[in-house]
Amino acid sequence: MATYDHRLSEGGPVAGSMDPAVRVSGLTRSFGDRQVLRDVDLTLARGEFTALLGRSGSGKSTLLRAVAGLDHTTVGTGEILVPRRVSLVFQDSRLLPWLRVLDNVVLGLPGDGAKERGRAALDEVGLGGRSSSWPHELSGGEQQRAALARSLVSEPELLLADEPFGALDALTRIRMHRLLRRLYERHRPAVLLVTHDVDEAVTLADRVLVLDDGDFVLDLRLDLPAGRDPGDPLFQRHRTTLLGALGALSDDRTKDPKEAS
Amino acid sequence: MNLDLTSRTGGGTATVTGGPAKAPPSSAPPAPAPPTDAPAPDTAAAAGLVPATQRRLGRGKSIPFGRLLGPLLIVLAWWGASAAGLLDPRKLSSPASVVTSAQELWVSGRLQESVQASLSRALLGLLIGVAAGLVLALASGLSRVGDAVVDGTLQVKRSIPNLALLPLLILWLGIGETMKVVVIALGVTVGIYINTHAALVSIDARYVELAEAQRLSRWQFLRKVVLPAALPGFFTGLRLAVTAAWLGLIVVEQINATSGIGYMMFQAQQYAQSGIILVGLVLYGAFGFASDALVRLVEGRVLSWRRTITA
Repeated sequence: MATYDHRLSEGGPVAGSMDPAVRVSGLTRSFGDRQVLRDVDLTLARGEFTALLGRSGSGKSTLLRAVAGLDHTTVGTGEILVPRRVSLVFQDSRLLPWLRVLDNVVLGLPGDGAKERGRAALDEVGLGGRSSSWPHELSGGEQQRAALARSLVSEPELLLADEPFGALDALTRIRMHRLLRRLYERHRPAVLLVTHDVDEAVTLADRVLVLDDGDFVLDLRLDLPAGRDPGDPLFQRHRTTLLGALGALSDDRTKDPKEAS
Repeated sequence: MNLDLTSRTGGGTATVTGGPAKAPPSSAPPAPAPPTDAPAPDTAAAAGLVPATQRRLGRGKSIPFGRLLGPLLIVLAWWGASAAGLLDPRKLSSPASVVTSAQELWVSGRLQESVQASLSRALLGLLIGVAAGLVLALASGLSRVGDAVVDGTLQVKRSIPNLALLPLLILWLGIGETMKVVVIALGVTVGIYINTHAALVSIDARYVELAEAQRLSRWQFLRKVVLPAALPGFFTGLRLAVTAAWLGLIVVEQINATSGIGYMMFQAQQYAQSGIILVGLVLYGAFGFASDALVRLVEGRVLSWRRTITA
């Protein structure tokens, strides 16, 4: 059974029957004069796969880094409550080049059985035979799979992912989508996936949040069956909704004042 | 897909004679007849196509023992010039007479004695200097207080050549062994410090972020991230330090030494024995070369995870 940070239970009433894995309230972040997040509230349920969509500069990475506790140099206020075991996947695999793959996977993992668990995690992502390779000997997709193994080996209650497939080629990305969804269904962490790819969000997530200019503009629940088919009309409808919320379907001139003449 | 660039295998360039396309010369393997829709070489040329060529801008394969080649060429030139009578033997002895001098020194036991005295001096200075440089680099690279105290001091020291400190060191420590080892160690310390410190403070911020995300303890962060990341810098410093140790050795052996290679050379100068002077120079060169090769070897083993242009 997952143990939660004690602050969570003291944090006041929880909406409905929701069992939260993350609760963010009144979050504000600024870079200089520019306010990147404006009084953001967010609750993620346990075991829920949420995608955070937004254009570049919308504040989605800032929000993720705040939840991950990596923004100690940023100015801001607000309260963030998270579970004890949180993992983070970066856009680059961020494997340490001087550690072999297995040592990278178990980096920071306590306990005697760490290596065994690391091997099991590598098996799970299909890298069972590469545990003693150097990171640079792996392909880009394999490196990212090793990074996934590193993030899952600690059995996180919350998995944060910052555009984890952004640097991969299209075919590898599709395979990684399947792998991530499969791993999610087996381990059931709450997932917060930051992406700017609408198809990726609809393929993977059960809930999609759209962030624009520092606040949420859409909170969409997807009731799509497993093994999602992009040809499914419902898939297409969600896709259109999200693209609309991102402003991708409207006339460019209304969105970008510089273009107006 | 079936673009048949026969001009590459045929070796000939496409001709634009306007005549019927011909098969390339007989050097082509006895392949089955090319598909009829394959463009003939002259069509390829007309389309602006050229044979594919490989371009390599890296440095290519390394030559085994290639580093010895330069020194060997110099010895050969020296040998040739001596044999041809181009060199005055009183100014520069021939390689043969240098070998003879070395044999005589060996038989009398002076060679071994001098080498041992010089080597132990250099090694002791090197060890003390490396240890001091490492401790200082870690102190200033890992803590803000250490940085404030140590870094400025070492940067000032860096701009004062060791030779400028000699009068003071002789005043303090006399002209004995202690002074000699201290001079060598001082030169070594600076090289180790500058490079290790630079590597420690320029660790990729992404790796620091990873360590934070993985909840590493301070000690784990040091052991798994900081120290391995600083090792390349340390080895750069070590190679400079080895050179600095030999340089320091040569300087201190000119000052009232009673043993060592420098002393042997100084005495030979008194009696105009250019052969012995050359033996000393060759020894200095050989030690410098061998020690650098040794450091490179260890570096290659320890940093085997690195993939650089030298690979």
